[in-house]
Amino acid sequence: MGKVPAAVIGVGQTHHRAVREDVSIAGLLREAVDRALLDAGLTFDDIDAVVVGKAPDLFEGVMMPELYLADALGAAGKPLLRVHTAGSVGGSTAIVAASLVQSGVHERVLTVAFEKQSESNAMWALSIPVPFIMPVHAGAGGYFAPHVRSYIRRSGAPSHIGAMVAAKDRQNALKNPYAHLKNEGTTVESVLASTMLWDPIRYDETCPSSDGACALVIASEDAVAKSGIKNPAWIHSTQMRSEPTTAAERDQVNPAAGRAASAALYKQAGITNPLEEIDCAEIYVPFSWFEPMWIENLGFMPEGEGWKLTEAGETAIGGKLPINMSGGVLSSNPIGASGMLRFGEAALQVMGEAGEHQVDGARKALGHAYGGGSQFFAMWLVGADKPSN
Amino acid sequence: MKVEFDYTRSLGPVLSQFMSALKQHSILGGVTSDGRVVVPPPEYDPITHAAVTELVPVSDHGVVQSWSWVAEPVAQQPLEKPFAFAQILLDGADAPLLHAVAVDSPAEISTGLRVRVVWAEDPTGTIRDIAHFEPAGDGSSEGSASMEFGAPEVTGIVSPVKLAYDYAASPEETKFFRGLAEGKIFGQRCPKCEKVYVPPRGACPVDGIPTTDEVELPDRGTVTTYCVVNVPFQGQTIPIPYVSAYVLLDGADIAFLHLILDIDAADVRMGMRVEAVWKPREEWTTDLNNIRYFKPTGEPDADFETYKHHL
Repeated sequence: MGKVPAAVIGVGQTHHRAVREDVSIAGLLREAVDRALLDAGLTFDDIDAVVVGKAPDLFEGVMMPELYLADALGAAGKPLLRVHTAGSVGGSTAIVAASLVQSGVHERVLTVAFEKQSESNAMWALSIPVPFIMPVHAGAGGYFAPHVRSYIRRSGAPSHIGAMVAAKDRQNALKNPYAHLKNEGTTVESVLASTMLWDPIRYDETCPSSDGACALVIASEDAVAKSGIKNPAWIHSTQMRSEPTTAAERDQVNPAAGRAASAALYKQAGITNPLEEIDCAEIYVPFSWFEPMWIENLGFMPEGEGWKLTEAGETAIGGKLPINMSGGVLSSNPIGASGMLRFGEAALQVMGEAGEHQVDGARKALGHAYGGGSQFFAMWLVGADKPSN
Repeated sequence: MKVEFDYTRSLGPVLSQFMSALKQHSILGGVTSDGRVVVPPPEYDPITHAAVTELVPVSDHGVVQSWSWVAEPVAQQPLEKPFAFAQILLDGADAPLLHAVAVDSPAEISTGLRVRVVWAEDPTGTIRDIAHFEPAGDGSSEGSASMEFGAPEVTGIVSPVKLAYDYAASPEETKFFRGLAEGKIFGQRCPKCEKVYVPPRGACPVDGIPTTDEVELPDRGTVTTYCVVNVPFQGQTIPIPYVSAYVLLDGADIAFLHLILDIDAADVRMGMRVEAVWKPREEWTTDLNNIRYFKPTGEPDADFETYKHHL
């Protein structure tokens, strides 16, 4: 039996904010879930299974939150799965949900990912001292900044590329009603003038800390037909890859797992020239320099030349390959949800429902997430047309 | 090793009313779609999944439905002396609440025992406002005070989490840390790919086989890449700004993170040659902190080609 064609028929998200004191964790999820169900024209009774994802439990201090969330997610009497792959979890959670449909096990699966960062402090949670080891760790920024420096050295990219990405994404966020940061005056100059946090990463080149959630409803070909939804986002291919956090001579700038995942993703979708055939991409860029790094890792440009696409303005809306039209992780970062937001925003583009940040005529879009020390990769390609594979 | 944090938890509309009522010595139940009154109130209806909106006061008296004896209470439990955990069906509720009952022995508690709330002396707006339950004889509540459901007074709680555990070093790490206590740096070489790992791990992450060959490494090497940390955060132990650098020891095939000093942060370079500055010998323990930091050796920088495959 071949794979069952599957599509996203509902997308929901919260208005991402620094602090949502008015809701519990369950209430935060329900805002996204209720919007996704409404978008799909379904109720909880129509859902066969629920797949939930979030980043490390230390971020909220609730062990196995999926147990407590079962009621709020309408999961009683249904399969409830929790997925965890660090920052890429929003993407891998959507892929697990998609695979439950593509395998023919379920007709309609609800998937939701979240983080309520205001309940703790991610910088603290990611810098827990390891016994007997030098305590030089300083959160995610401290982890990734040396690798950004390596990228700049290896590629010879000019120093303003990171600022260009940050200015573009913050401007895109102004077109997204759900985005957390609404920094109207952000320009390349203002980003370059912002405080250096983890040299070479500046304050304005860094993602915010957000409370938020994202939910998707994924349906089989039959369930899409029954739903009456005319513009589903068909899932053309999905891939996940992992690798060790550290290994001798491991490439931390252009990780092998990301290269392998994207190559397999395109092959599965029948794409031979991703830059020409893919209309737009939502990729996981928590620090601005990861846009050119992932442009190369995802095979859109040869190694060392990703920054040229950014510098030419081709990653802005209206460019050859618009990236992070929603404002991206740089504008909203509920960590566990950030990957699913990339996947969901890619779906909205091919559904033609991205509102002010819609790319005209988008037919194929990439959603991408990574996590851990650039060791987990999850990505999918969605299209306006039913896949032929 | 200890890990602790005071989590700040927002309660949402239902639990905010519940906690605010507790602060006023009143207990609220939530009315579910099948007409049952459930304490504590669920945020979402178990049948319709809609948000629970109807809250009603229940009695602070009830009856034990089931119980279990706690012979040796641990820290943070409601009572310091032996007590019973019990499922207590409060008068006016249809589902039981789990809480502690203060009795002197298991002989003094049984299913069907009537109990009543003992309120904490200082209300905090948390579940601990119910200090515990105690036997109530045949008494029943005079009725809960009527509640005004205005804007809730309590909308969040602080939830302290503490973890304390012992770190068990692997045999390979043990060798490494004991070496440090003698001023030596030990790595291990994978017999297949011949890469030298420091600290040693016991297994090569690429080949998946034990790394058995021991290698003593010098305390000097090359900075492959680095960042300058300018951001303060909770739990930080090194004054900012500081240079967090990957140091590739001569003869090793993987770099580890350490601190660079004795040079202005702005002058640190990729490829810079560095050597360890050790603490005084009498302060050495089984800890990488025996090396206080790395400082420039003054040698010419390493050529980019010699370390670019370590980035």
